[in-house]
Amino acid sequence: MKKLINDPSNVIADALRGIAAAHPELRVDHENRIIVRGDAPVRGKVGLVSGGGSGHEPLHGGFVGPGMLDAACAGEVFTSPVPDQMVAATQAVDGGAGVLHIVKNYTGDVMNFELAAEMVAADSGTEVVAVVVDDDVAVQDSLYTAGRRGVGATVLLEKIAGAAAEEGRPLGEVAEVARKVNAYSRSMGLALTSCTVPAAGKPTFDLPDDQMEVGIGIHGEPGRRRVPVAPAGEIAEMLVSPILSDLDYTGGDGVIAFVNGMGATPLIELYVMFNEVSQLLAKAGVPIARSLVGPYITSLDMAGCSVTLLKADDEILRLWDAPVNTPALRRGV
Amino acid sequence: MDTAALTAWIREFARLIAANKELLTELDSAIGDGDHGVNMDRGLTAVVSALDAEPPETPSALFKKVGMTLISKVGGASGPLYGTAFLRMAAAAGDSVELGKVLRAGLDGVVARGKAEPGDKTMVDALRPAVEALEGGGSVQEAVRAAEQGRDATIPMVARKGRASYLGERSAGHADPGATSVTLLLKALEA
Repeated sequence: MKKLINDPSNVIADALRGIAAAHPELRVDHENRIIVRGDAPVRGKVGLVSGGGSGHEPLHGGFVGPGMLDAACAGEVFTSPVPDQMVAATQAVDGGAGVLHIVKNYTGDVMNFELAAEMVAADSGTEVVAVVVDDDVAVQDSLYTAGRRGVGATVLLEKIAGAAAEEGRPLGEVAEVARKVNAYSRSMGLALTSCTVPAAGKPTFDLPDDQMEVGIGIHGEPGRRRVPVAPAGEIAEMLVSPILSDLDYTGGDGVIAFVNGMGATPLIELYVMFNEVSQLLAKAGVPIARSLVGPYITSLDMAGCSVTLLKADDEILRLWDAPVNTPALRRGV
Repeated sequence: MDTAALTAWIREFARLIAANKELLTELDSAIGDGDHGVNMDRGLTAVVSALDAEPPETPSALFKKVGMTLISKVGGASGPLYGTAFLRMAAAAGDSVELGKVLRAGLDGVVARGKAEPGDKTMVDALRPAVEALEGGGSVQEAVRAAEQGRDATIPMVARKGRASYLGERSAGHADPGATSVTLLLKALEA
C-alpha cells in the first residue's frame, strides 16, 4: 500500500485538520468529526445535514457552505458516522426552521440517522425530516436486498435542496424538492480497479488487469458482474442503457448529466466518457440541459466512473443554477 | 450471572473480537465492505476502557454502558444493531441475570432495528438458535453449538439484508460476518 498518510488509524483526523487549515470559512469540530458552515446556524433557514463513511471525498464535507450543506458528519472510511455526530451536527445548524437529514440508502447510514433522529426528538424541539437517496440501478431486486444504494444523485440532491433552503423555503418544501431529485435520478457505476482502505492495507477485492466490474457501489463492494475491459463507447452503453430503461427521460426539460470519477480516474478519461454519454443521449432523444464532470463522489483510489442522469424541470434547473460556495462546488459567487 | 461474571463475559468478548479481527475483516471483504473486524474491535476496545474507568455496579448499568459505547464508537450497521441489543438487554436485566431471557430481549432488539428475518444471512441466523437453546433449558455449550451451526448455515445463503445483499447469488459461499461475530459473543461465555 502506497498512500500519502501518516498512521492509517489517523487518516480522518489528519484530513479534517487539513480541511480546517485550507477552509477557514468552515468550522471543523474535531471531537465530533463534523464540518459546519462558518455562519451556522442561519436564522430562519432550514439546516441541511448529511454524512456518511469517509473515502468519498469531496462528498460530503466538500459540499458544506452557502447554497449547499450546513453540516457534514465524517464516519470512519466506508463506515457510517455514529448518532452522536449527527445529533451534534443537527444542533449546530438548527436555525429554528428545522433540519433535513440527507441519508444515502445503506443499512448502517439509515439506522444511525434513525437513532440520531430519535435522540434529537427525545431531547429538543428541533424538527427533523430525513430523505433517503437510492438512485443506483445496479441493484435490480429491491425486494430481496437492502434496496437501491445512494450514489451520484446525492451530489445533485445536496446542491438542489441546498438552493431551495437558501431561498428560505420551509422544511416540508425543501424535503419535497429533495425527494423529487431522488425520484428523477438514476445512476450506474463501473470499476476498473478495486480500492484500498487505509486500515486494511490491501485492495478490498481482486480485479484482474483485463477485467472490470459493472454495477459497483461506492464502498469497494463488488458489483453484479465482471466483464472483459472494453472501449469507452461500450462502457458508456453499459452504464447509460440500464438508466434509460429504468426511467422515461423523454418529454421533460432534458437532463442534468453527471459523469463522476471514482477517485483514481483522470479527468481526461471522464471527458472521453462524457462524449460517449452525450452521443448515446442524443441518439435516445434526451437533451442535456446541464452537465457535471469530475470526481465528486469517490471510492478512495478506485479507478472507474459512474453516470447519473437527473430528469430536469424548471424548478430543478433554476435551483441547480443558483449560486453555491463550497470547497468542491463553487459558482455564481 | 452476577455483575462480575457478566463483566468478565464482555471482556472475553472484546478479547475474542480482537483475536479474530482479521478473520472478520476477511469475511466482510468477501461479501461486504471489509470493515466489520476493525469496527467491532474499535468499539469493544472502547467498551473495555469504559469498564476500566468506571466499573458498572449492576447488570443493567453494565449492558447500558456497553450498548451506548458501541452505538457511539462502532458506526456502520453493527453499531446500531449491537448497541440496540445491549440497550434492550439492559432493560430486561434484573439484579442477577437469566441469560436466555436477556439474550432474547437483545435478539428482539436486533430484529426490531434491522428487520432481518431468519434466512436473510445476518447475525439473527446465529443468535436466534442460541437463544432458543438457552430458553429450552440448554447449557451454554449447547447454545454455543447452536450459534456455530447457525453461523455455518449462513454459508450457502444468499444475503437479503445489508451490503452483502447487493451481491445477489455471489453472496453465497461465505459465512456472514455478523453471524460470526455474534457467535464469538456466545463463545465468550465458555471462558
